[in-house]
Amino acid sequence: MSLDKATVRTIANLARIEVRDEELDHLAGELSNILHFVEQLSEVNTDGVEPMTSVAALELPRRADVVSDGNCRERILANAPEADDGFFLVPKVVE
Amino acid sequence: MSYLIQGETGDWEVVIGLEVHAQVISKAKLFSGAATDFGAEPNTQVSPVDAGMPGMLPVINETCVEQAVRTGLGLKAAINLTSVFARKNYFYADLPQGYQISQYEAPIVGEGTILLDLPDGSTRAVGIERLHLEQDAGKSLHDQHPSKSYIDLNRSGVALMEIVSKPDMRSPEEAGAYLKKLRSILRYLGTCDGNMEEGSMRCDCNVSVRPVGEAGYRTRCEIKNVNSVRFVMQAIEYEARRHIDVYEEGGTIQQETRLFDSAKGETRSMRSKEHAHDYRYFPDPDLLPLVLSPDFVANIEASLPELPDEKKERFMRDFALSPYDAGVLVADKATADFFETVARGRDAKMAANWVTGDFFAALNRSGRSIEDPPVTAANLGGLIDLIADNTISGRIAKEVFELMLETGKPPAVIVEEKGLKQVTDTGAIEGVIDTVLAQNADKVAEYKSGKDKLFGFFVGQVMKASQGKANPALVNELLKAKLG
Repeated sequence: MSLDKATVRTIANLARIEVRDEELDHLAGELSNILHFVEQLSEVNTDGVEPMTSVAALELPRRADVVSDGNCRERILANAPEADDGFFLVPKVVE
Repeated sequence: MSYLIQGETGDWEVVIGLEVHAQVISKAKLFSGAATDFGAEPNTQVSPVDAGMPGMLPVINETCVEQAVRTGLGLKAAINLTSVFARKNYFYADLPQGYQISQYEAPIVGEGTILLDLPDGSTRAVGIERLHLEQDAGKSLHDQHPSKSYIDLNRSGVALMEIVSKPDMRSPEEAGAYLKKLRSILRYLGTCDGNMEEGSMRCDCNVSVRPVGEAGYRTRCEIKNVNSVRFVMQAIEYEARRHIDVYEEGGTIQQETRLFDSAKGETRSMRSKEHAHDYRYFPDPDLLPLVLSPDFVANIEASLPELPDEKKERFMRDFALSPYDAGVLVADKATADFFETVARGRDAKMAANWVTGDFFAALNRSGRSIEDPPVTAANLGGLIDLIADNTISGRIAKEVFELMLETGKPPAVIVEEKGLKQVTDTGAIEGVIDTVLAQNADKVAEYKSGKDKLFGFFVGQVMKASQGKANPALVNELLKAKLG
């Protein structure tokens, strides 16, 4: 699968990464190469093989339903560029 | 009766599917140990996981998993012993991770069924497509500042069950009945409080229309986040009409997300979401598949309470109630419990009439809840006992009931204090009858000459003379004998 410039622009937009127009060609080639590399895996016949979800023979660890965290607003807001009255402040997002 | 909308070109059918987000009842969040209480100070129930801090890892809350399975079993649905968490990627200010952890290809619960109780007493099955677990987002306030949005992450990471129906509903009424029934089941199960005002149950409506007889579905629109049963019904009605108007004018419907404006009673396009639909789901590498043992599921199944449908069946069987009465009584578990206390060992039909009639009316007037009723179930049962053993007549009972509301006293005490005991002494009733007949000699003559309808008049007069206390059956019997 090869990516064209328009697709790369869409991906960049979805990822909120600013990409200049002159970079699009180069990125399209680079991303296409990665896809081609990974696509080699599809040459292997995997009919009837369960997808492997992890290399570790582990079960998903679970926690008990106990309140053990939170109540640390100062720490949570400490890295916010802007905060007021206990809220994060961000540039206005209007529906 | 099917619901059809008349258009210029003929009759149209509306096709509805609902996606309900139900907040799981749990103390802590789905993947963190922060609290879930409603209405806390902003950002006080946020752990570094919920704030999307780098390096934080999600650990699943076992109770949330149990609640999802319990809900699935309550919806008679298939439980998937292996399910997978996926990332749904999008950018929004109240989603600090930049993705929502959800389930995509492998949800925890598969297909199930909900039985709708319709107003005419009939039922109709609506299919459940799936139920999956996911994280809620934070909350944005847009009206606090001219150029800023305020973000509270208390809700971020709270466990939600997204319950998706099949496109099986055909009228706004059915959609309303579906939401009410789903809410009732969730409350019986104790898995969601069903409170739409506080947002713990939110509904997205998928609506399309088609000419009657057309096979296949046309393009649907999704109306997001409608927050009451009434608004859901209004939004569907408006949206269906809009589709028909567009088609009949030769236009086409674009698949899109719309908002319901409850003040104007209309839906409108949410342009900002147009480009946001590429979610690029992929399995969350921070979470292994969720594997449940058959025992885990069996234990939950064994602990399920009696659900509304089973309770309704039982009420119809044991108490000989109509499907409608039984449906009304079981919709809310506390109401069903109240009724059972009243009905146990008594005439169930009479108990049902009192609970759904005078008692419900009094409950509404008082503004109190079934948990704190204006008349206790024991006292209402006592009142029915007094009618059953002929201590008071049905008419006097209404009077006693009003006094019970006013004073809170048990019915027997009121009957005693007010001297409302029914007269069953035939001698005393005969005395009253003799007086009434003597005072109305002309009417007696008319009756004897064939005016049978006057019988009711005499009964009325005797009851009045006895201040309603004479036993009506005895009055009838004795009057008949006297008038020969």
